[in-house]
Amino acid sequence: MQDEVRNKKYNSYVEAKIAKTHAWPSLFNAFWVGGLICVFGQVCNDLILMWFPSISTQSAWAYTLIIIIFIAALLTGLGVFDKIGAFAGAGTIVPITGFSNSITSPALDFKNEGIIFGMCAKMFIIAGPVIVSGTVASMIVGIIYLFV
Amino acid sequence: MKRELGQQTVFFKNKPKIIGHYSIVGPKEGKGNLREYFSEIEQDDFFGQKTYEKGERVMIERALEGAVKDANLSFDDIKLFLSGDLLNQIISSSYAARKYDIPYAGVFGACSTMAESLALGACLVDGGHFETVACATSSHFSTAERQFRTPLELGSQRPPTSQWTVTGSGADIISSKGSGPIITCATFGKVADFGITDVNNMGAAMAPAAMYTLIAHFKDTKTKPEDYDLILSGDLGKLGSEILIDLMEDKGYKLGLNYKDCGQIIFKRNQNVLMGGSGCGCSATVLNSIVLKKLITGEYKRVLFMATGALLSTLSAQQGESVPGVAHAVVIEGEKNE
Amino acid sequence: MNDWYVYLIVFLTGGTICFIGQILVIKTKMTTARILVTFVLLGVFLQAVGLFDAISQFCKAGINVPIIGFGASLAKGAINAVKSSGILGIFTGGLSACAGGIAAAIFFAFIFGIIFKAKTKKM
Repeated sequence: MQDEVRNKKYNSYVEAKIAKTHAWPSLFNAFWVGGLICVFGQVCNDLILMWFPSISTQSAWAYTLIIIIFIAALLTGLGVFDKIGAFAGAGTIVPITGFSNSITSPALDFKNEGIIFGMCAKMFIIAGPVIVSGTVASMIVGIIYLFV
Repeated sequence: MKRELGQQTVFFKNKPKIIGHYSIVGPKEGKGNLREYFSEIEQDDFFGQKTYEKGERVMIERALEGAVKDANLSFDDIKLFLSGDLLNQIISSSYAARKYDIPYAGVFGACSTMAESLALGACLVDGGHFETVACATSSHFSTAERQFRTPLELGSQRPPTSQWTVTGSGADIISSKGSGPIITCATFGKVADFGITDVNNMGAAMAPAAMYTLIAHFKDTKTKPEDYDLILSGDLGKLGSEILIDLMEDKGYKLGLNYKDCGQIIFKRNQNVLMGGSGCGCSATVLNSIVLKKLITGEYKRVLFMATGALLSTLSAQQGESVPGVAHAVVIEGEKNE
Repeated sequence: MNDWYVYLIVFLTGGTICFIGQILVIKTKMTTARILVTFVLLGVFLQAVGLFDAISQFCKAGINVPIIGFGASLAKGAINAVKSSGILGIFTGGLSACAGGIAAAIFFAFIFGIIFKAKTKKM
């Protein structure tokens, strides 16, 4: 039990010792990069609706997201996305670009372990939890709506 | 002959010497502070191979071959190869050893492997069991990142307390014959765990182990920090070495300007490595470049080299376990100060 | 074509969501996967309580491009499918609404995974 006291003391000492970095630059970067990605999405969406007026809004959004996913995957493959991500943090994680990057990056990384058990199996090491939790949560919502 | 023993320290009577050394690093390290001291700087992260893992293997092979050459020996003279690295089941070392016709014993002490293998090698040579032993270790940024952290292309920010795994390998030849810096004693460390669970804060996790080893060493050898030209810790990084200084001061030892940390000196400040370098290769390449060179020229007379290791795995981290640390130390003295 | 101020709203709202995400990154040391899961669940929740459509009317891409929109369309798909086809909708609704995004991400990852190779960080 003496150890626990010591560990607690040490942990709070370390916490205090960590140099406080200014959060504002990274918050600002996340803000404007994230904002720009959303504006890009809006532009895509508007252009799609302008060129193909017969399309439903829902399909237009689907096309927009697919375009953004494509660009993020391409930038990941080219080795550029991790640099933008290191700069913008949540600015690229929170938009759908982060989802795309989280699938493409392990696919690239685990290619050497084979197509089946490397690339295909490891593709979802980060995105897996997202799809699972989203699906389960949406099913729970569905169940609730069934009875309401 | 009966060996003189401290609590944790072994004293060597027969002067095991480091008769050959070699260091090889990747491109980023080659732009760092010590670029003039490394034996070889490779500009290709893959070391001419298809995968990073294979590249790391080649790195150990080149380090070992370089050290053997540096010692003016042939592979027939090496009686035992001690090596370890960070990858699961220490594959880099074992697969490198497969290439040679020498007995091999794998050692694992995470990032403390260099000091651990030197200490073990010196014991074996000093005890007369082997005449010449080779010690090596390596780490590679990309293989470590893949195994311990995230895919390389994932666009995430590195936490401010994290360190940068050094791509590099170092090898030493220890022998009872020949000439070179002498290993005079070795202190084996105990595993210490002060309950740090943040895997991105290795410095804080390893600092307590470093403190215990240093104190045991000073007590066993009846020396003080001032008695050394250089006290070199492995890869505590900026935060970890500051913590170590605080911890030592608490126990009544003052680490002065002669205390340095490999993780802090290997990279330049503007290389975006946050707390500094880490990995087996960090302490191995620093020791096998600037430190041994200065020991040979006589600029340093007595160096306390202590490498620290964080003994975690991805599984233990995911299960919420804290990170235990270990530290081993060897004292290396220049041949000239006799 | 929209008025220009729509883009300003998109920029500000989208940026703010990422700003909140960055606060979570800094304050809680969350990893990428946890951030994504949190925002997807937030989207599911907003849709479930019926707030999402109103926000989406106002923010447009500002909330549809962040992964919140992904969660919302999962939930919306489930809700609509339950209304139209009952119990089966619970199972089919969510994923079929997001099938485009998921399939695109998998397909592009596969293609680029074949073409490209992971590079060491050069920062």
